[in-house]
Amino acid sequence: MSWAAVLVLGAGTYLMRLAGIVLRDRLSVPERVERYLDLAATALLVALVATATLTEGGGFAGWARPAGVLVGAVAAWRRVPFVLVVVLAAGTAAGLRVLGVP
Amino acid sequence: MRSFSRTLAALHRDDLRDALALAAAIAVVGASFGALAGTAGVPFVLMVALSVVVFAGASQFLVVAVVAAGGNVFAAVAAGLLMNARHVPFGLAIGGTIADRWPARLLGAHLLVDEVVAFSRARGSGPRGRTAYWTCGFLLFAFWNAGAVVGRLAGSAIPDPAAFGVDAAFPAALLALLLPALRRADARRVGLAAAVVALAAAPFLPAGVPVIVGLVGLLAARTATVARGES
Repeated sequence: MSWAAVLVLGAGTYLMRLAGIVLRDRLSVPERVERYLDLAATALLVALVATATLTEGGGFAGWARPAGVLVGAVAAWRRVPFVLVVVLAAGTAAGLRVLGVP
Repeated sequence: MRSFSRTLAALHRDDLRDALALAAAIAVVGASFGALAGTAGVPFVLMVALSVVVFAGASQFLVVAVVAAGGNVFAAVAAGLLMNARHVPFGLAIGGTIADRWPARLLGAHLLVDEVVAFSRARGSGPRGRTAYWTCGFLLFAFWNAGAVVGRLAGSAIPDPAAFGVDAAFPAALLALLLPALRRADARRVGLAAAVVALAAAPFLPAGVPVIVGLVGLLAARTATVARGES
């Protein structure tokens, strides 16, 4: 680990964060394209939810995590307050692990 | 400063509470990052710099894990950058929400994190969404870095965050934040396709890349639009 690694990763990540914002400011985006930009964010976030729920290092993440996410998802769908959604998801996964579920 | 106080005035109590819930969870993950960095022998100042300057958890874990395993750091940095490429489309999607002026945009760009994007989007692109972006962004930044410092100092005394189920909390929180967007049928189609593609790609691609491949899910929006146009 070196300062060069930190600076390259930091500068590269920041420039990518800024790039989208700059592009959005410079381009006049037609409504149809704006819909796609919005859908792209949805696609990325749902893909993130799916992979973070079910996979770990390219393999299956085990049952405790998806079970926790499922409980949180049902709670969110039933309009349970956000804080409780987070606590229920974490609590379910943690509880199952105490019981020996991987 | 006036625009800042105006932004702060639009802060909803519920939004602050919800952002604090996310921040608490991220502090736990930050602590485990700090502990891992200690185990990997990353010097304290370098660990803090990595955490403050990069502020993208998954790529930080990736780099430190490679260091711990004695791997090639620059290959890990390249993989981390690839992983963080998703921030470009995120910026395109919510760039207009962040701020109107450049100094604020330059600062706000650094707070562009998955959870902040989802948190802000769930509150629309108006003043409430903007305030939510900054509130959530500042809190996550503060709690992530504070957590990392605590974890680095506590070292092996920090338990595995999986023991708290934090790994389940984040996907569930993101999903809850996505529900308003998923009320639209085209967003549901795109989301479902993105999830299927990303999961199918996960065993074959390096960490983070399957998420970007999920953009293929956008094809589900297009097909349906064309189909509707023909009928």
